[in-house]
Amino acid sequence: MSVVASEAPADEPGRLVVFWRRYRRNRAALLGLGIFVAVVLMALTAGLVEPDDPLRRAGAPLTAPFVDWATPLGTDQLGRDILAGIFHGARISLLIGVVATLISIAIGVVIGALSGYFGGWVDDVLMRVTDAFQTIPSFVLLLALVAILGSSIEYITLAIGIVSWTAPARMVRAEFMSLRNREFVDAARNLGVRDAAIIFREILPNALPPIIVYASVIMALSILLESALAFLGLGDPNYASWGNMIGQGRAVLRTAWHCAAIPGIAIVLTVLSFSLLGEGLNDALNPRQKKT
Amino acid sequence: MLRYALRRLVQAVPVVILIMVGTFLLLKLAPGDTVDALVGDMGGADAEFIARLRAEYGLDQPVWVQLWKYMAKLATFDFGWSFVYEQPVSTVLLDRLGTTLLLMATSLSLAFAIGTVLGAIAARRAYSLSDNVISTLGLVFYATPSFFLSLMMMLLFSVKLGWLPVGGIETIASFKTGWERVLDVARHLVMPTAALSLIYMSFYLRLMRASVLEVAELDYVRTARAKGAGEWRLMKHHVMRNALLPVVTLLGLQFSTVLGGSVVVETIFSLPGLGQLAYRSVIQRDMNTLMGIIFLCSIIVVVVNFLTDLLYARLDSRIELR
Repeated sequence: MSVVASEAPADEPGRLVVFWRRYRRNRAALLGLGIFVAVVLMALTAGLVEPDDPLRRAGAPLTAPFVDWATPLGTDQLGRDILAGIFHGARISLLIGVVATLISIAIGVVIGALSGYFGGWVDDVLMRVTDAFQTIPSFVLLLALVAILGSSIEYITLAIGIVSWTAPARMVRAEFMSLRNREFVDAARNLGVRDAAIIFREILPNALPPIIVYASVIMALSILLESALAFLGLGDPNYASWGNMIGQGRAVLRTAWHCAAIPGIAIVLTVLSFSLLGEGLNDALNPRQKKT
Repeated sequence: MLRYALRRLVQAVPVVILIMVGTFLLLKLAPGDTVDALVGDMGGADAEFIARLRAEYGLDQPVWVQLWKYMAKLATFDFGWSFVYEQPVSTVLLDRLGTTLLLMATSLSLAFAIGTVLGAIAARRAYSLSDNVISTLGLVFYATPSFFLSLMMMLLFSVKLGWLPVGGIETIASFKTGWERVLDVARHLVMPTAALSLIYMSFYLRLMRASVLEVAELDYVRTARAKGAGEWRLMKHHVMRNALLPVVTLLGLQFSTVLGGSVVVETIFSLPGLGQLAYRSVIQRDMNTLMGIIFLCSIIVVVVNFLTDLLYARLDSRIELR
């Protein structure tokens, strides 16, 4: 991608360079990017920190942080290394966050595109379905889906995607409604391009930027939903998860509060980084939207 | 106004029907049915008896007939029998509805009050230090999971300082009455309310800030200022009323999310409400109760949305023209 930048004439910087210049103006967004990169690095290097199983016993139970260098952030009541849990938890949080976001946006794009492009009764039916999904409390629906499907990591990710597609669907619908009567769409229609091609090749690329920004919101929400499930003990028991670590830490809150506090701070920082990242993306992608 | 209200009510009908169908689908997807639960409860039965039970409960009929009968029962708030509580599900739900509604009311009022005030302050001093502090706080509120905040508050206010009770809705067997009881319940609700309202506070804060910034630039506000209205009068009589409109809409739309959030908070603070019941139903595989909660909560959301629509129409006179 840097090739694009170097090929452009010196007085006309590439799109990515322009984007980066706009992005870095926002100091909070830079901080967000920094934390995000750190979380990604943690997820990538989790195997180096703890090559075996982060759920194995690594030291004496309830070691305080900064006491034993084998377990720098201390251990929980079963002697599991909290640092290893944080690194491996980053992996699970990001994995579930990314995949659930993709699922939710995929459903949202299909429903919103059909609704906004065709209008009429298709729109009526699909929007009532969206209303119904928005009316059912999403966390209760998530509980029901997990109760029915089971607590494996695949089904949890799927269930989070299923409960969070309504907002992107409404956004895509609004974009499609404003784009479907533009000249370039009329032109394609008059050339005999089929509806499916118009939807996916002509309109969708133009409707995507706000969805990309909103993806950071869904990602943050997915991570929060997964951690809440895991906190309640309804997550996948085979993986280290920040929410689950906090849930376990609840039992030893009085004596060793670091067990709950450390993974809690990890969640706060990660979700915060997505919010800051989203705001930075929004400012950089839609510079005209910002009013002063 | 009446026609508007009626139209809103009619629009809610297909949504309620879809939720009924959805609840039925979930119940059908769940492993095991009412008869399985019943037979399990009895400690087993022979095949002929099971078949007779299935016929009695209408489970041998085509799916369409079952769906129709299920919907007819839901319409009368008959959610079937809870094999865990040995009571009709509607009785179990009714017992716990009050606690949840109370928690909703306190949390949303707190979030709305503090969120709108902070948002308005931030907008009046946009891009100043106080705006930066408030906006950053909003982002941190948004990123803090309610369960984490609950635990940290418990640690500080109950374990270390001993100011607030760790859980329950009132002190057990204290036989308090009147104001003493009200105060006791209030003390128990402080931490759950704070935990549940935080994230919504951040939503209202951000929306209110944007909304006030937008309204403050409109012509009629400039006119009022030109006519010599003081800043305080300007905010109170001209800006606030219109700036609150989108926040009121969000309040209605988010009621369902807040109900969902009560699952975690009620479970942590052992509040005997619908959220805690939802969690227990999943653990105990009490599907009738879980579906009852889903349907009842959805109806509450539909009613609240209807009420916010009416409130919105009262606040914004333009809406009747549409």
